[in-house]
Amino acid sequence: MTVHLDARPPTVEARAQARAPRVRFSRFDMKYSPYLYVAPFFVLFGIFGLYPLVYTFWVSLHDWDLLAVDHEFVGLANYTALMGDTDFWHSVVNTLGIFVLSTVPQMLLALWLANLLNRQLRARTTFRMAVLIPNITSTAAVAIVFSALFGQQFGMFNWMLDLVGLDPIGWKTNRYASWAAIATMVDWRWTGYNALIFLAAMQAIPRDLYESAAIDGARSARQFWSITVPLLKPTIIFAVIISTIGGLQLFTEPRMFHAGTNPIRGGPLRESQTMTMYMFENAFAPHFNFGYGSAVAWLLFALIAIVALINVLLIRKLGGSVTGED
Amino acid sequence: MGVIPRRRFAAVAVALAGVLVASSACGGSDDSQQADGPITLTVDVFGQFGYEKLYQEYMAANPNVKIVERGTGSNLDEYSPKLTQWLAAGKGAGDVVAIEEGVLVEYKANPQNFVNLLDHGAADLKGNFLEWKWNQALTADGKQLIGLGTDVGGMAMCYRTDLFAKAGLPTDREAVSKLWPTWAEYIATGEKFKAANTGASFLDAATNTFNTIVLQTAGSGPGYHYYDTQNNLVVDSNPAVKEAYDITMDIVDSGLSGKFGAWSEEWVSAFKQAKFATIACPAWMTGVIEGNAGPDAKGKWDIARVPGNGGNWGGSFLAVPKQSKHQEEAVKLAKFLTSPQGHIGAFQAKGPLPSSPQALADPAITSSKNAYFSDAPVGQIFAEGAKTLKPVYMGPKNQAVRTEVENAVRTVELGQRNAEQGWQDAVANAKKAAAK
Repeated sequence: MTVHLDARPPTVEARAQARAPRVRFSRFDMKYSPYLYVAPFFVLFGIFGLYPLVYTFWVSLHDWDLLAVDHEFVGLANYTALMGDTDFWHSVVNTLGIFVLSTVPQMLLALWLANLLNRQLRARTTFRMAVLIPNITSTAAVAIVFSALFGQQFGMFNWMLDLVGLDPIGWKTNRYASWAAIATMVDWRWTGYNALIFLAAMQAIPRDLYESAAIDGARSARQFWSITVPLLKPTIIFAVIISTIGGLQLFTEPRMFHAGTNPIRGGPLRESQTMTMYMFENAFAPHFNFGYGSAVAWLLFALIAIVALINVLLIRKLGGSVTGED
Repeated sequence: MGVIPRRRFAAVAVALAGVLVASSACGGSDDSQQADGPITLTVDVFGQFGYEKLYQEYMAANPNVKIVERGTGSNLDEYSPKLTQWLAAGKGAGDVVAIEEGVLVEYKANPQNFVNLLDHGAADLKGNFLEWKWNQALTADGKQLIGLGTDVGGMAMCYRTDLFAKAGLPTDREAVSKLWPTWAEYIATGEKFKAANTGASFLDAATNTFNTIVLQTAGSGPGYHYYDTQNNLVVDSNPAVKEAYDITMDIVDSGLSGKFGAWSEEWVSAFKQAKFATIACPAWMTGVIEGNAGPDAKGKWDIARVPGNGGNWGGSFLAVPKQSKHQEEAVKLAKFLTSPQGHIGAFQAKGPLPSSPQALADPAITSSKNAYFSDAPVGQIFAEGAKTLKPVYMGPKNQAVRTEVENAVRTVELGQRNAEQGWQDAVANAKKAAAK
């Protein structure tokens, strides 16, 4: 049993031995096993990511009745129909509206929370864990509870408005009110999660930066905006992109918010129907038009890519050149 | 020596990757059932079909069969897309599945998903069903029967006697029926009720009432509502639809509706808190009312005649998907559940009105009373209408079109649109939905 422990190229003798199965395997091993090690991810991604993606596109090129046997190839007809579909664009506006209404306050609030949690507090770990609690509650349960709170006639918010003598708000029938209600749900659930991510990043900021800033006379607000936020920028970009993906795919909250008949419309006038709900409405009940639904899915994919790009560009602009340094 | 561990690692990696691929590629093959061992039949339903006792009976007679029911109490809006997905995937559906008449047309358009019951001797059972109910489940060419009828809706008006008494209206069901031979008189009664300021609305929501009215006007008129029998969309040209819409608008204009969106949590709360006095109720709705209003309201509800003509709203079928592994056994079970005895058993349990003439004539039905509804003779009230009711034809995208028209009604009810705009929306959106 000869084992080459040196790094020199194999000698002629060794090359002769390379024909022995074990050594041949060893070479194979050196060359290919790294690929095998990373293979599980790619295999899984291929099966659950890439294949559905490509197949959805293939479906979107057909007049695909979910139950029918024959699916007629129609080229890009579904996409052209979508471009002129006012209900689709309505759902795009809803999605973007809810996204902005939820993400902007959520990020600011998360930053503020993280900043608070980053101080010397009593029972620090308890507080840090507590902000995550909304995140581990079931989305459906959250949505049902909020839906009841925002109820038109028996809801708590309208009851409180009534107490102070204000008119009730049509949380489910006024387009902007329903956006706000759904954004509240999203924020309640995700602010703590983002706060923890920001907190982790804040702890990596060297403390001496703050000390020297304090010596130079910077107050805590100034320290926050001039040191914390710029140094957090990569993390903020990450959080914003994750929120973008989640926010534009928003489904459970608005779906559960509207109970009753055909909740998938998001209200009688589609007040808060998001793109995923519109996709579902078309691909499944009541239309069962899988091709059209798939086309919506692809446009959603495109929209997420575009919005994520805009996000990155915006945030880069906002904070000067810090990202260039990493 | 270092070669061996590394090789072992490689082997483990290959094996691991292999396992991952295998486990993700095949989602789990079902080999739990042998040819002659006990078999499990799954029955998929929505709402309340009232089959529990019948299952016990069937299992006792067929010891090799175990029956599992899924979806009891679920909403049709959740159930029907699920069923469609199972059918499309070729996997997941029960051995016997319930299909509501409004969505039946869509399943009938793709009959290859279902076992042709005519191949299993169902033709002999034709006499067990009301003729129109039988024909509803027959494909256009008459060669395939995809379902056997369970219940029909019938129509009545349920009302709360305590609220009626509070408003100074009669509470006896005969006297109440006399209050509203027509919808105009129903509205007039509602206005009296409203003037009494009981703190409750006269009716729950305009959509349920609209559905009732449109099925009446269509049934007594052309025999179809949104689609004519040639499957042309006629929402805008069928006078029956416009008439029903206009009557509903009169109800909305009179401010009688509590605007509790049907089937929502608010609707359920409104039942519990006695926030409305009347609701249009097909036979299957009696079970829903009892479930929503709860035991506290027992004896506070009663059933009167529906204003206008009789008619039918709702009703279902049992079908056997082709994907079932026990088609023969499943068909047998479906036949049992839809036999006249099956209809009677279901009615006694949860109140769905039989679609079998034998069952409708049976004393078990005609003499039955519903304790929850102040001992109303439900059998008599509903069965009478069921034998003579005129069915309404439903076209290919009935469900989608109905959704649009219902939503238009709702926008007017909620003050988002006026009656004229609502009608324009209904027509335009129905056309759009039908074209999808």
